[in-house]
Amino acid sequence: MAAPEVFSIAQTPVTCHAFNADRSQLAVSLNDNDVQIYARQGNQWKVTETLAEHDKVITSIDWAPNSNRIVTASQDRNAYVWQQTLDPITGQMAWKPTLVLLRINRAATFVRWSPNEDKFAVASGARAIAICSFDSENNWWVARQLKKPIRSTVLSVDWHPNNVLLAAGSADMKARVFSAYIKDVDKRPTPTVWGEKLPFNTICGEYSSPAGGWVHTVGFSPSGDVLAYASHDSSISIVYPGGPAIYTIKINSLPYVTLTWTSENALVAAGHDCQPIVYSGSEGGWAAVGTLDDTSSGTAKAGSGARAGSIGRLNSAAFNTFRNADTRGQTQDESGQTELLTVHQNTITSVRPYDVGADGNVARVSTTGVDGKLVIWDVGAVSASGLAGRLGGMKI
Amino acid sequence: MSNSLRPYLAAVRSTLTAALTLEDFSSQVVERHNKPEVEARGSKEVLLNPLTISRNENERVLIESSVNSIRMSIKIKQADEIERILCHKLTRFLMQRAESFIVLRRKPVPGYDISFLITNVHAETMLKHKVVDFIIQFMEEVDREISEMKLSLNARSRTVAESYLAAFAS
Repeated sequence: MAAPEVFSIAQTPVTCHAFNADRSQLAVSLNDNDVQIYARQGNQWKVTETLAEHDKVITSIDWAPNSNRIVTASQDRNAYVWQQTLDPITGQMAWKPTLVLLRINRAATFVRWSPNEDKFAVASGARAIAICSFDSENNWWVARQLKKPIRSTVLSVDWHPNNVLLAAGSADMKARVFSAYIKDVDKRPTPTVWGEKLPFNTICGEYSSPAGGWVHTVGFSPSGDVLAYASHDSSISIVYPGGPAIYTIKINSLPYVTLTWTSENALVAAGHDCQPIVYSGSEGGWAAVGTLDDTSSGTAKAGSGARAGSIGRLNSAAFNTFRNADTRGQTQDESGQTELLTVHQNTITSVRPYDVGADGNVARVSTTGVDGKLVIWDVGAVSASGLAGRLGGMKI
Repeated sequence: MSNSLRPYLAAVRSTLTAALTLEDFSSQVVERHNKPEVEARGSKEVLLNPLTISRNENERVLIESSVNSIRMSIKIKQADEIERILCHKLTRFLMQRAESFIVLRRKPVPGYDISFLITNVHAETMLKHKVVDFIIQFMEEVDREISEMKLSLNARSRTVAESYLAAFAS
């Protein structure tokens, strides 16, 4: 069982992260207006470049693996596509922004390249999703908007592998599947389980969260035939549109805000309870398998640390336990214990596939969180015992 | 510590932990603004149902949550006129210094004595479970503080009365 690689990127929250194709470089936003590009040097990440153009917090970054372009979205209502070009003055490669005409008047919240990298989708607080394609005449990106049934901020989007369908989760408690077919860019798509004729803004599916929570994250399976979404009512749902079957798993801890599929039968979800959880299943049913965060070694360390230094007749561990239970409603010995038992010390904000194994499944995933850490997890290293939620101070 | 305090604080603690699942959320109403939705109340769908936890008719907690902020209001026990005055003075003293407490609101919600406003920025810069600990500790100590002040006030008034009336006794 390989231990996760942990890097402390910053003291500030990491709002989003994206790796380049060979995972040697990393683009992150440290909860501010700039994108930092880190390069890996041995066991460390060093800042090599800063992309400054936005004037409000950057909410999402995506790095296209084949065309090596970065797209960034920000709360200043803009998105930029960054491309490496030769700077004539210095003679070095530098990242240059290209204008995107989004035509939205509220914050851009989420951005993702399409699988063919000829389009990208920008979710926004203007109750719309902008589908952008390149206009070579004017050298900018133009947007067409998906607007129709969206009634609140769109929190996340995900592309179907056929480059046409788009899933979106929004704060109006719905996950939807749209067609983002653009005539000049796309070839006519082959029929899928989601539908056959797919003009722009066709709604191929609309699913409510089970108990009326904001849908934080959506994801298509690698084949695109299954959709998963997680919502604020602490549930995760898996949709088989052909079936039609929806499997909803209610969890007994805090809600997930991000998920990624690792194979056709497994996904990793993470969020406010600070640890990535693996789910697996098939058309017959879904269940949680375990956590990637094996906290057992951390328990011993933190436990001894909390008890150290408490000497004296009325200061024993047992006395403290009862005193805390009596006076503060705490049932565990957690006075003076500031660290959680998980690797991430605060909410995990994004989980993404890191590398793909020989069998075509995702072998490792990367997560970043509000605690400023970047962690690379081995998807095979699942420990089932962690499901009880061994979170120091965060019990429900 | 009375027996009913423990389940009360445990209920407040778990409710606060669940409510503190906040994220950055830019305003849907005003361009380029980002404000606590629980205060702005601009869009209905990002507000959650408010929750009241009562220990008895005089002591209760109101937790209002939204997508990027929660507001928590406490009604402190006030059994008699002295406690009412002491509670008013103490909360006034604290709220005038609200910026040193970071999460304290300058004005309580109507019907309550003191309010806290926790936004996603606080949840990002501070450890979430420690914020919960801070509020639980505050709730636990404010009652004790007020009853201690009441005792010392009574003791002081007794001494004053005794020394004043001693002049007539002789």
